[in-house]
Amino acid sequence: MSSQAHELSPVAGESVWSGGASPYAIPSKKLGMWLFIVSDAITFSAILIAYSYVRVASETWPRPFAFSPSIINATVMTFVLLSSSVTMVLGVRAAKLGLRSAAAGWLVATLMGGVIFDILHLREWFGLIHEGVRLWSNPWGTPLFGATFFGLTGLHMTHVTIGVVYLAVVAAGTARGRFNADDVEVSGLYWHFVDLVWMFIFPLVYLLSARVG
Amino acid sequence: MPHEGEVINRMTAAADHAPMSKQITFTVWFCLLGMTAVEVFLAYEQLELKVMLVLLMTLSIVKASLIIAYFMHLRYERQSLAWTLMPALIFVVGMLFVVFPDSVRVLLMKPK
Repeated sequence: MSSQAHELSPVAGESVWSGGASPYAIPSKKLGMWLFIVSDAITFSAILIAYSYVRVASETWPRPFAFSPSIINATVMTFVLLSSSVTMVLGVRAAKLGLRSAAAGWLVATLMGGVIFDILHLREWFGLIHEGVRLWSNPWGTPLFGATFFGLTGLHMTHVTIGVVYLAVVAAGTARGRFNADDVEVSGLYWHFVDLVWMFIFPLVYLLSARVG
Repeated sequence: MPHEGEVINRMTAAADHAPMSKQITFTVWFCLLGMTAVEVFLAYEQLELKVMLVLLMTLSIVKASLIIAYFMHLRYERQSLAWTLMPALIFVVGMLFVVFPDSVRVLLMKPK
């Protein structure tokens, strides 16, 4: 189960742009995933920067996240997602070495990390909703808090959930031999991107609204 | 029928796509965890909001770069791929940031 690299490199002496080969020496689906990731990164960047703008501009921004349980919970979620990225890397490694069931196992471990993340996140959501936080209002300060919090984390959680389904499909297919190492690697790119976005959401949303003192 | 050039290219391509060592993987992981701990610590240092924002954004960019370079393997790909993807992203993010100084406008203009 190796990569299709031999189809992608041109004959020696010919320009990489003369057709019949990928100039980046990667499969088309991998390039496609990278291009999608850049576009999605731009989307999240726009939302994150807009959020940061209103966060700085607001005088009535609440700081509702107590160290326990909120910041601890968010830190655990960060740890879970970072660890799931490691299991993903190990899964891609196993796939490239031709170890199909090991790769599927690592993929399942990765998506379980996503499931744990979703559960912890939804618990937090329900807690905040119970305290009265909505998309349009909250008991503590500017209505923008709820709008940006649920908007940002909701979009991210959607990406995580889609990733869980995606990884489940790739894991099942890899175990059966339908998908190869390239497919596993492409799914890994998506998963690392989801982790990457959280690297920005955690400090900007949680730490900047932590209850200090 | 592979030409000699194709065989050589295949070997080079295979080397580029060789799996990353476990040691590098876990080193990057520990760095990411360490930076997360620093961020949580900074949150309780009662720094000014703008200072916090710059520090947290910087740390996040470093973490993102590590994930992109190592976990997403971009460091080991053809350089042309990184040069195609990253400048576009950085340019757009830069453009988005152009209006950011305006965020303190209302705060500064309010009569004390």
